[in-house]
Amino acid sequence: MAEKEDKINEGSPIDSGTNSNNAQQDSTEGWFHRLRKGILTSTAEKRDVPEGLWNKCPECGYICTTTELKENVYVCPKCNFHHRISSEDYFDIIFDDHQFKELFGELTSKDILGFTDTKPYSKRIKETEAKTHLKDSMRVATGKVKGNDLIIACMDFAFIGGSLGSVMGEKIARAIDHAIKHKTPFMLISKSGGARMMESAFSLMQMAKTSGKLSQLSDAQVPYISLLTDPTFGGVTASFAMLGDLNIAEPAALIGFAGPRIIKETIRKDLPKGFQQSEFLLDHGFLDFIVDRKELRDKLDQIIILFKG
Amino acid sequence: MPQYPNRQFLDFEEPIRNLYEQIEQTKKLASKNPKIDYDSTITQLEGAIVEKRKDITEHLTPWQRVQLSRHPDRPYTLKYINKMTTNFLELFGDRNVKDDKAMIGGFAQLDGHTAMFIGQQKGINTKNRQLRNFGMANPEGYRKALRLMRLAEKFNKPIVTLIDTPGAYPGMEAEERGQGEAIARNIYEMMRLKVPVICVIIGEGASGGALGIGVGDRVLMLENSWYTVISPENCSSILWRSWSMKEKAAEELKLTSDYMSKFKLVDGVVPEPIGGAHWDYDASAENLKKVLIKTIKELEKISPEKRITQRIEKFEKMGQWNEA
Repeated sequence: MAEKEDKINEGSPIDSGTNSNNAQQDSTEGWFHRLRKGILTSTAEKRDVPEGLWNKCPECGYICTTTELKENVYVCPKCNFHHRISSEDYFDIIFDDHQFKELFGELTSKDILGFTDTKPYSKRIKETEAKTHLKDSMRVATGKVKGNDLIIACMDFAFIGGSLGSVMGEKIARAIDHAIKHKTPFMLISKSGGARMMESAFSLMQMAKTSGKLSQLSDAQVPYISLLTDPTFGGVTASFAMLGDLNIAEPAALIGFAGPRIIKETIRKDLPKGFQQSEFLLDHGFLDFIVDRKELRDKLDQIIILFKG
Repeated sequence: MPQYPNRQFLDFEEPIRNLYEQIEQTKKLASKNPKIDYDSTITQLEGAIVEKRKDITEHLTPWQRVQLSRHPDRPYTLKYINKMTTNFLELFGDRNVKDDKAMIGGFAQLDGHTAMFIGQQKGINTKNRQLRNFGMANPEGYRKALRLMRLAEKFNKPIVTLIDTPGAYPGMEAEERGQGEAIARNIYEMMRLKVPVICVIIGEGASGGALGIGVGDRVLMLENSWYTVISPENCSSILWRSWSMKEKAAEELKLTSDYMSKFKLVDGVVPEPIGGAHWDYDASAENLKKVLIKTIKELEKISPEKRITQRIEKFEKMGQWNEA
């Protein structure tokens, strides 16, 4: 089930700071001689600069600049830890020349039930939209990978834990219709805590809805690549994420049906190291292969060619 | 159903227990004083029980319906099969890992016609509950269900699934054997089954564990069952970070049959005897049997291709959003 959003950015890179280079140059000159007296940077700038500058790997503690991390597609240069990244980052990494066209961006979440937990769902949606500048937990885009068309539906964990609700279900459905119409291979990148509880059974039924659409995609013989990234759980795993013609995953991503905490509470034992990680799933026969983010574009190219040829 | 004093009572059913006790006391008095006629008193008390059952039914909160769906005396899958059908032949195993006792199934005849019956099974006493794993299936349970569905499809027999689960089992081995994949596969394959598929939530319909045998041409709910994405307890635990908000969660989730029918997320509601299915097993089974016979007949008139298309389209319509 969807975790609360305060866990969201755990281990994800801080916004890339565009001012970082300038800041460094200025500082080398002004290192020994203060050229001008007084604090000259405005408060706003001061807040921005340090945020985007450095990044510490949550896995190995390696510190590098955000620019360096971005150039390395948000994979730690030292230990290969894959940072959690956004749909924007994936589109940017995968598509040729960073060029893509977003589809169905006009769909937004609706408080169908008038659901209130610690705050009303309608308020939660508005706050999350303002905080993340996203409209929902999934975005769909088309573009080219080494010259071949690809349509990608990608989740954003920052939006209520990447939770599966009506909007995600509908976007997947429309993306599949688009893929069938244009005979374009379909890729879905999962990164989700599971179903969106605030949409109750509507959320549950998205599992059936998307699986029905995938069966139409299958009849049209259009390839479906499911990329599972950290984390993928609950209703997402128990539906479209596990139904790819190819199920592939990023290294060391946590993937499962029930979350580790719930399993631990149920069996009252500690879980073995590596449990529910990609490598564990590969060993148990549920993944076709694991793909390093740095090689993702090449792999996708290979897959598209193999299905086409 | 069990007779008093073997009957079990939920907290809001306590007034009924009191009435039963009064009847017992009256009976004792009657045996001591054979000259006095106590019959009218007993009849009156029995009438009061029926009235109380009606009263309870009319004022059920969502949480009380959840409690009713888990009533220890509530009929489970095998009970319905035994009451509704003849010639039941139970089949075991997923032909792969093992037989999952939480998921049962087999051929049986309904009104003289063969159909495949599949469902989660809960235990009726402590030992049995453990054997049945409280109705929480492992991946092999879902794969067993799919094997039986394929068997029915091969011989062109309709499929009836009876859903009653607090969820798919969240265990370590379940993960190793791909609980997520097993449920996903079932949802996907059920969408494409060539034979009529009817799914009925008879008790608890929790999340993917329920949906794993819950994709059909018609999805029905018994009056006092519930169906949603998470149990009220777990919802409370995640959203409120406390177990104490389960009543509130049950209200917010709108998980009862009346709401589910209103939202068009299920196709119909099967009425239960007054006060709940546990008051009269025969009547509960008879209600369901009638609906099943009628629904199978309706569905058999449609061609397999059209049925599949309609099934997919039905689920495709589910969901609401804003579109600027």
